[in-house]
Amino acid sequence: MADAKPRVKVPSSAAAGEAFTIKTLISHDMESGQRKDGDGNPIPRKIINRFTCDFNGTSVIDMTLEGAISANPYIEFDAMIDADGEFTFNWYDDDGSVYSATSAISLA
Amino acid sequence: MLGAGGLATITLAPAAMAAAFEDAIAAFTGGAAAGEGGIEISAPEIAENGNVVPVEVSAPGAEEIVVFAPGNPAPAVCNVKFGPLAGSQRLSTRIRLAKTQDVTALARMGDGSFVQVARTVKVTVGGCGG
Repeated sequence: MADAKPRVKVPSSAAAGEAFTIKTLISHDMESGQRKDGDGNPIPRKIINRFTCDFNGTSVIDMTLEGAISANPYIEFDAMIDADGEFTFNWYDDDGSVYSATSAISLA
Repeated sequence: MLGAGGLATITLAPAAMAAAFEDAIAAFTGGAAAGEGGIEISAPEIAENGNVVPVEVSAPGAEEIVVFAPGNPAPAVCNVKFGPLAGSQRLSTRIRLAKTQDVTALARMGDGSFVQVARTVKVTVGGCGG
């Protein structure tokens, strides 16, 4: 699914050292590998298996996803910053594709 | 199609599923016993649609959290490592549940100890293989 659309919601500014919430959503079928097609053949697994969020190269979270994550994975977590910079989000697909998004933020 | 998915789930013996779940926990803790407290799961008591069950896990001071759905064909749900810039050790997502079960989360704390918590979610329509 090359047309996976990532969406992220990050505040435009934040106070240093203060936690704020980041919400992310990406459109993806997350085919779990447990389903069968009309002929009874298993449908191969094709999911996003890893999600990472970094700020200026430092990790915020690094998550491994399994087939039990719902379609269109929604991930909400907290981050904090100590400088102006940019968040980088990466979603890694089973087929080798990597979907990316970035979001700039400044210190309040 | 519904029937085929259901059958695949049933043919997996419950004992084998429990063993897979326990193996997965042991793989995470390295065999260490997990304590209680310091970790929370919030999830609905009753999930009408097992395909999309909102779940939030929180374990202040944790370095890593894993979530399991022991009643699913594959018990692993996700594994989260918190980096230096995590604002809190909390994650909220949506998961699939095949049937009513105890969603379980474990955390590895900063001092290397482990804590565990489980929460029962009743599932009206299963979310795996449907």
